[in-house]
Amino acid sequence: MAPRPMKRTVFTALVLALAMLATACGSGDDVTGPTADEGSCDVADLNLVTPGKLTVATGEPAYPPWVGTTDGEGFDDPASKLGYEAALVYELAAQMGFTDADVVWTRVGFDEAIAPGTKPWDFNLQQYSITEAREQVVDFSAPYYTTRQALVVFEGSPFAAPSSMADLKDAALGAQVGTTSLDFIEDVIKPSKEAAVYNDNAAAKAAMTAGQIDGIIVDLPTAYYITAVEIEGSVIAAQFETEAADPDNYGLLFAEGNSLVPCVNTALAALRDSGKLDELEQTYLTQGGSIPTISG
Amino acid sequence: MREPSSIDNVGGGPGLLGPPPAPGRREEGTRAALIAFASTIIFTIVALWVILASPNWPKIQQQFFDWGHFVEAFPAILKGFWLDIKMFLGAEVIILILSLIIAMIRSLRGPAFFPIRALAVVFIDIIRGVPVILLILLMGFGIPALQLPGVPKSALFWGLTALILSYSAYTAEVYRAGIESVHESQRMSARSLGLTQGQALRYVLVPQAIRNVVPALLNGFVSLQKDVALVLVLGIREAVRAADIYAAKTFNYTGYIAATLLFLIVSIPVARFTDWYTERDRRRKQSVTA
Repeated sequence: MAPRPMKRTVFTALVLALAMLATACGSGDDVTGPTADEGSCDVADLNLVTPGKLTVATGEPAYPPWVGTTDGEGFDDPASKLGYEAALVYELAAQMGFTDADVVWTRVGFDEAIAPGTKPWDFNLQQYSITEAREQVVDFSAPYYTTRQALVVFEGSPFAAPSSMADLKDAALGAQVGTTSLDFIEDVIKPSKEAAVYNDNAAAKAAMTAGQIDGIIVDLPTAYYITAVEIEGSVIAAQFETEAADPDNYGLLFAEGNSLVPCVNTALAALRDSGKLDELEQTYLTQGGSIPTISG
Repeated sequence: MREPSSIDNVGGGPGLLGPPPAPGRREEGTRAALIAFASTIIFTIVALWVILASPNWPKIQQQFFDWGHFVEAFPAILKGFWLDIKMFLGAEVIILILSLIIAMIRSLRGPAFFPIRALAVVFIDIIRGVPVILLILLMGFGIPALQLPGVPKSALFWGLTALILSYSAYTAEVYRAGIESVHESQRMSARSLGLTQGQALRYVLVPQAIRNVVPALLNGFVSLQKDVALVLVLGIREAVRAADIYAAKTFNYTGYIAATLLFLIVSIPVARFTDWYTERDRRRKQSVTA
């Protein structure tokens, strides 16, 4: 069939392929790297991206009250140690035996964080909700914060004073992609208009300002920030407490199989037991005034 | 002498990608086809081998090519894709008309037409100079925020308007190139027959111009068919956004593959048609000049 030279070509191709295969396997071996001693959580034994340093990723920009305070202090500057997530990382680091200077911040987009492959950070925190589907691809720490969903609208909006989910049936609502807020609209509120989905909360806010949607669903701390600082004339119409949705737990995100997880969880539990987590929550995430709660 | 064909021509007459063989050498054509076939197979095997043997492949497969996720994500993506198709078809019709008008304005001669000619140039320069995505964001979020009475607020409306303006600016230049490619003597003859400028454009220049630029117009077709997805930044749930939502929810990218396949199903036939049309047109012109 094929002329003679073809056989030689096939042979060359096979050799080439094998060579590539060999290189691929060779580089693959390093990925696992040395593992920490079973049970040891000493900094020297931890499986870190940079030995001796805790490399932490967050979003860009990182918004208050998670990074930086609602007053604008330390905006988008996690090294300021201000904001709930920024402060939490330094508390965790101290608990694990790192100094403040050992904490190295890096920025990644939402998608980069979940894409397969090696990760150039030890863990990533930007209000990732822990879900079963996600846990098949990445690992999460124990929850560090549990939030409720809240509705942000303009003052004087027909949806500014809902007394039940049914009052929101005709609302045009928006949320950020990848948040449980979107699931909350679709699975719990179920409005007649399809929820609009935005790249980030900034776009959702632009759409609300443009009058394209009636309200935004976000987590309660973010709602505090949006109404206090970002959108003039907006109010939190309601917070939701419902059995219909799983509690929204935020966890630190790790590459799948990262041996660091148990050590971080130990440190997190210690912070919870000592009341440090509550203290951070009081400092950054709780505001005065009562927000009407919709349940059911 | 035959000029080298840009058309996909494999191995021989009705062939794949490559120059056609010299006529009258059938055996060599068969042999070329065989070599093309064999080397394609080998290339595919080696490529697959390299991919499948990579240490991360099982993970990639799980995150990008999972049938269960494909099935689960598909209905929402298909629904979004249908919206893409509707946006594309609606916008394309308006673009073809609007851009032709702009191009004709640009092609008017004489000092009296200077103001509208200048206006056309300014429009094209400005719109073409702004990234489409920026235009969509500016018009989609910006104009409705002005709260002008009587101005629509719909994100879909403004997103499409931005796309239509942007593509019209490009397409107008395609038309203009077509109009200018028609020999000046055509315009002169038309004018000397007593046709007005407008009539000369309408009955003499434009019909010839359009025939010259059909491939370029079809190229813009393919481009727009994909770019409609950009309106997702305004919160519109078309196919890419639907895939996005699924990926963000599950951390699984199979939905992106589903969306990719849907876009390819539409764009590849258009691309093949463009090539076929160009080739047919070329052959016709040759037979006329021969």
